[in-house]
Amino acid sequence: MEITVGAFVAAGLAALFVLAMQVSNITAFQRADGYNVYAYFQNVGGLRERAPVNLGGVQIGRVEAITLDAARFEARVTLNIDRQFNDLPSDTAASIRTSGLLGEQYVSLEPGGMPDSLAEGDEITLTRSALVLEDIVGQFLYNQSAGGED
Amino acid sequence: MTAVLQRMGASTLAVLATLGRATLFFLRVLLGVGEMLRRPGLLLREIYSVGVLTLVIILVSGLFVGMVLGLQGYYTLVDFGAEQSLGVLVALSLTRELGPVVTALLFAGRAGSALTAEIGLMKATEQLSGMEMMAVDPERRICAPRLFAALISLPLLAMIFTLLGIIGAYLVGTAMLGIDGGSFWSQMQAQVSFVDDVLNGLIKSVLFGLAAGWIAVFNGYDCLPTSHGVSRATTRTVVVTSLVVLGLDFVLTALMFD
Amino acid sequence: MVGRSIAGESGTIPHLTGLMPCRILAALFSQPPGKQSERMSPSQSSVDENPLIDIRGLVFSRGGRRLFDGIDLSVRRGEVVAIMGPSGTGKTTLLRLIGGQLRAQSGEVRVAGESVGDLRRRALYRLRRRMGVLFQSGALFTDMTCFDNVAFPLREHTDLPETLIRSIVLMKLQAVGLRGARDLYPAELSGGMARRVSLARALALDPELMLYDEPFAGQDPISMGALMQVIRQLNDALGLTSIIVSHDVDETLSIADRAYVISEGQVVESGTPEALRSSQSDWVKQFIQALPDGPVPFHYRAPSMADDLGMGRS
Repeated sequence: MEITVGAFVAAGLAALFVLAMQVSNITAFQRADGYNVYAYFQNVGGLRERAPVNLGGVQIGRVEAITLDAARFEARVTLNIDRQFNDLPSDTAASIRTSGLLGEQYVSLEPGGMPDSLAEGDEITLTRSALVLEDIVGQFLYNQSAGGED
Repeated sequence: MTAVLQRMGASTLAVLATLGRATLFFLRVLLGVGEMLRRPGLLLREIYSVGVLTLVIILVSGLFVGMVLGLQGYYTLVDFGAEQSLGVLVALSLTRELGPVVTALLFAGRAGSALTAEIGLMKATEQLSGMEMMAVDPERRICAPRLFAALISLPLLAMIFTLLGIIGAYLVGTAMLGIDGGSFWSQMQAQVSFVDDVLNGLIKSVLFGLAAGWIAVFNGYDCLPTSHGVSRATTRTVVVTSLVVLGLDFVLTALMFD
Repeated sequence: MVGRSIAGESGTIPHLTGLMPCRILAALFSQPPGKQSERMSPSQSSVDENPLIDIRGLVFSRGGRRLFDGIDLSVRRGEVVAIMGPSGTGKTTLLRLIGGQLRAQSGEVRVAGESVGDLRRRALYRLRRRMGVLFQSGALFTDMTCFDNVAFPLREHTDLPETLIRSIVLMKLQAVGLRGARDLYPAELSGGMARRVSLARALALDPELMLYDEPFAGQDPISMGALMQVIRQLNDALGLTSIIVSHDVDETLSIADRAYVISEGQVVESGTPEALRSSQSDWVKQFIQALPDGPVPFHYRAPSMADDLGMGRS
């Protein structure tokens, strides 16, 4: 009986372990390991906290926080970048993209060419906001109708 | 009219009295923790009868719930071309809600009712009273190990249920529906957070375990010592546990996932 | 071999003096130390002024019914006292009041000098260790064998090694003639056997006070006789004090030193069995001689038959 109970408890803990390691992303625990940089976007669209930050399609960090800067009326996005990528050029550009047409939104970084690198608390100045589908559709319709009148 | 009011007042008072007795009972059982830790064998035996014996139903239902979720989720997602997110859908539903809740409901039916019936019958056959006269406190000797066994077993069962469900959905998704196994897991890992989803689900199941154990043990201990009383207490355990778990789940969900 | 030894013991009364050493052993190993030495020695000189059980002006009512209305009762050390009365007079309730499971509304129940109703939990449990109760139903734990049932109080209250517990349990089972039934579960026992196992369990901790709740109800004549002798001999050999609650008048009176007859919440008569048998009270006469007619009501309190049947109304 003791062995059965032991096996039961072990199975439960193993399940928790698998859930932690395989199902979820345990890196949420290691947030302190990275460094934070900021980026201002006019519109973050559907970007959410904990969304991935990719460079060249590889995840190198997560979105830590999204707040509104009351002075600039822009969204201030805190990006947490893994410590091992600590020599990103300071003129790296950030854009909000969508994986697939309806997939989740993420932040994509494109490295620039400056010799000095981004550090904790720096701001990414080159940003491109999320594509908002309504805007695109609206623009398309506007262009269409404008073209039709021509 | 006054008769109706009177009866309503009386039943309200009765409910309040039961709640009061249950709370005092719970506190007295808590006092038995020290004695229980001194004799882990008692707790071990109850974990066996409460947890291990519930394992089969948890394994089977976990697998099937996961498979059904996989199928249904696929049919919904495929319309949006997002069937690769099936893993996310299944994992989030299971870790946050279905794992803890369904496990608690199954637990109430399988283990909670058995606990109530056992303690109720011990009361009806004067075994509890006899124990008291042998200077052994049944609240500590009988009730405390059973309550804590429920508290320990339910989270473990919920984790096993959740994992089995995800595996079930994976099997259905890859073998029947042709989803790529790699993206099933990678999307899931990207979207499921350990703290927000897995840990919150674990906290839920701990609280459900506490509620289920408390309700089951108290109903047995508080029942009328007759065969009718025991059967009514057993039914009440299942009903009350289910309602409390569902209500508690709503409150916890509102608190945890804003 | 086994069969022979069971057959050989079933009719005889076991050697009770053989039980004596285990009290000493239990005292040696009991935990915490000093608990056992607290027991009152029966050799105290002023037995009469310091009875083991002293009940004064006990009033207890339940469900609107007054079960006891000012009862005085005392039991000296070493006595076997019978408490008798018709069914429904609350005899079992009296035992629960002595054991501290119920509290009196007024009056006092003192056991070994301590007022049971006022004791804190810990003190009450310490007092209960010195009592053994034989329940009417036996109250055996149905998920344990006879052996484990008898071993239960020893395992709960002492740190005795398992070999010693085994010896004590077998001695106790031997004393009630059921050593051969040690591996049976309570469901496999007859009612009478279950009662005897329960007696062995009540004796496991060597109590100084034994409370018997209807010990003779439902026993066959042979085991009834054996049980009577066991109760009497245990009391004398181990220096116990016993209270027997019963309505089996003849059996109880034949082994009791004194008896109380209770009715309508009052003590109607008390004294030695001889005194009770020669009592002039109509009530006691009817009860003791089991006469069908007399002042003792057979019917539970009810409105008149004519009213109940609607014949009283015009």
